[in-house]
Amino acid sequence: MADGTVDFAAASRAALQDPQLRGNFRRAMDGLMGKRAAQFPDAAEWRGVRELAAAVRLRALAKLPELLERLEENCSRNGITVHWAATTAEANAIALDILRKVDAKLVVKGKSMVTEEMHLNAVLEDHGIEVLESDLGEYIVQLDGTMPSHIIMPAIHLNTKQIAHLFKRKIKDAESREDAAYLTDLARRVLRAKFLAADVGMSGVNAAVAETGTLCLIENEGNGRMCTTVPPVHIAFMGLEKVVEKLEDVPPVISLLPRSATGQPITTYVNMISGPRKSGEKDGPREVHLVILDNGRSSIYADPELRDTLRCIRCGACMNHCPVYTKVGGHAYEAPYPGPIGKILVPQIEGLETRGALPHACTMCNACVEICPVKIPIVEIMGRLRVEAVRPGGAVKDGGAKASRAEAMVWSGWAAMNASPTAYRIATLAMSRLGNAAPSSLPLLKDWTRVDNEAVRSKPRFATRTLHDLARAKGIPDA
Amino acid sequence: MPDARSAILAKLRADRDAHPLTPPASDFTPIEAKRWPDDDRLPRIRRLMEAVHTEFLDATDTDWPAVLREFLAREGVGTLLYAPETEVGKRLEREWEREGTHEVERVRGDPRCERIDPCLTPHPSHAPHGPLPSPGAGEGPTLIPYDKPIEDLKPQLFTAIDAGLTTTRGAIAETGSLILWPSADEPRTLSLVPHIHIALLRADALYDTFLQAMREQRWADAMSTNALLISGPSKTADIEQTLAYGVHGPKRLVVLVVRS
Repeated sequence: MADGTVDFAAASRAALQDPQLRGNFRRAMDGLMGKRAAQFPDAAEWRGVRELAAAVRLRALAKLPELLERLEENCSRNGITVHWAATTAEANAIALDILRKVDAKLVVKGKSMVTEEMHLNAVLEDHGIEVLESDLGEYIVQLDGTMPSHIIMPAIHLNTKQIAHLFKRKIKDAESREDAAYLTDLARRVLRAKFLAADVGMSGVNAAVAETGTLCLIENEGNGRMCTTVPPVHIAFMGLEKVVEKLEDVPPVISLLPRSATGQPITTYVNMISGPRKSGEKDGPREVHLVILDNGRSSIYADPELRDTLRCIRCGACMNHCPVYTKVGGHAYEAPYPGPIGKILVPQIEGLETRGALPHACTMCNACVEICPVKIPIVEIMGRLRVEAVRPGGAVKDGGAKASRAEAMVWSGWAAMNASPTAYRIATLAMSRLGNAAPSSLPLLKDWTRVDNEAVRSKPRFATRTLHDLARAKGIPDA
Repeated sequence: MPDARSAILAKLRADRDAHPLTPPASDFTPIEAKRWPDDDRLPRIRRLMEAVHTEFLDATDTDWPAVLREFLAREGVGTLLYAPETEVGKRLEREWEREGTHEVERVRGDPRCERIDPCLTPHPSHAPHGPLPSPGAGEGPTLIPYDKPIEDLKPQLFTAIDAGLTTTRGAIAETGSLILWPSADEPRTLSLVPHIHIALLRADALYDTFLQAMREQRWADAMSTNALLISGPSKTADIEQTLAYGVHGPKRLVVLVVRS
């Protein structure tokens, strides 16, 4: 929406009317769910490694400030320059400053969700710097001028035909061929020239190891390695929760992330960077910078219940298994992080005023919690955020933004009715006698029966006899 | 920004101290328990890696340069980039010399290198125009030493080199992954930019898990500037979940298994 407020209901209705989009998602998500399941044939192994991965993430959060200091110390010792940013604006300013110092004109990027959060590409373009996304999916989305619809597979909303048309329109000399191998090769040719010419490479971080000052990145394409190896300067961006204590903490995370995300035993590349080119080495960047971003994460950390949001390793399994996401796709969430994790992360980062609809975009079916490799209680946090949205002065940004006097009155009336046996009897009697006469256009009923002012559901029917009546008829006395 | 740093750390510390968190013990036994019998590791690695289009060559200490030569000739590979300071690199030079085909190039735009259009032929042997003619007797693929900084090698590295040869520090049975440990002698881009990556794997350097490898090799004591696990050629499924190989990194990964 123009004012920045997410209208999930409207966006999801539009998505539901798009059979092409629904078909693309259905096919992709069914495939991903099947492949993930095939990677966990042994339930005991899944339980054991999952407990370990969750423990690794919790231990990192328990020691978060100390580990970040240790990470900084060890990165600096390795020759990596560490920068801290409280806000996305600060992080963008740090990036611009580094780019200005090396007079950068062309930046190639590996996949980074944090830079999506920062809207970094738009900022750099405003400053006349050419930025090229090099992950194939991100490249497609960038050419298309849209947003990623999935954190792991950004262009999952498009099919081969749509991508072939896009390449034909945007890439010089492209043939109109609906062939994934041809299209991939075309992107290879365009992007290899850019890796060679780039002044700076940028990337995200999957895990940063405090013990050794090592940045771990996983990927299949090799573009991440290109961005972090070939250009003379590498800038890595990480959310401050991405740190782990020890190098040994990496294998459990790496064991679950690709299996949960795409159903692969491991990604093609696990790229562990512990510094810029050392003296005597023939390649690697001359400078490596690490930008550690807060952007609301320290506020999430302040609340012992909401803190679990920060365990996330960004595998995307929760969205692949979400009955809402798989129907409406990623764009309906209008956020860098869609799906279940986005529904709890984005409102906490951006506030409940504009993102208050997201925690309601959920059936509370718990599929995401069952599948999460680090056991984040997503549904509990979702419930908590629904409460925070109507409770002023709470722990979350813009808490109470969705508070409504009418709703508050209804709930206090409901509480009073249930607290008094007499009121309860009168109310249930009234409902059983008169409830069915109420028109479906009545304020609260309308929310259920109508969508876009069109009758879509029938009114619930009230029983003519109350439960108490029926119980008495069976000879069960009132308490 | 030093201000952001101290503000963030102070807030995290105050928040954590107000609500300390006691994490459960980290029990690594589910990973430590993953074990394979000695004879099963290599077949497992091979099966997992072949499933993602990795190719394997079998050789011994004595014949690996010949096996490599034969492969390069068969596939019509014109140029091989190698690390001249490593034992493997020195052996390669000796063997090429012995065969009387010592063609160590100081890199320049050799027209031979243009024989394969590397961008258009993911598998030279499967290319529409059929396999390229093998070099004749006495004519081996040209060896190109990686003996200067990437800045002096960049354009050729991206356009004129068909294959790169690296060593490995072993392989991992659980996931079918090679361990690469780039160094001053063996640059990072050797396994990344050439269209074919050939990796020499010693058959006695096999580990059960990533965890076991990093413990036994004591990684935490001294990390390489760029330690790597490589489990296949570059690939993507970003176009409608269709697997395509060779998107940005090597199009082919060839593991040369060397037995004592």
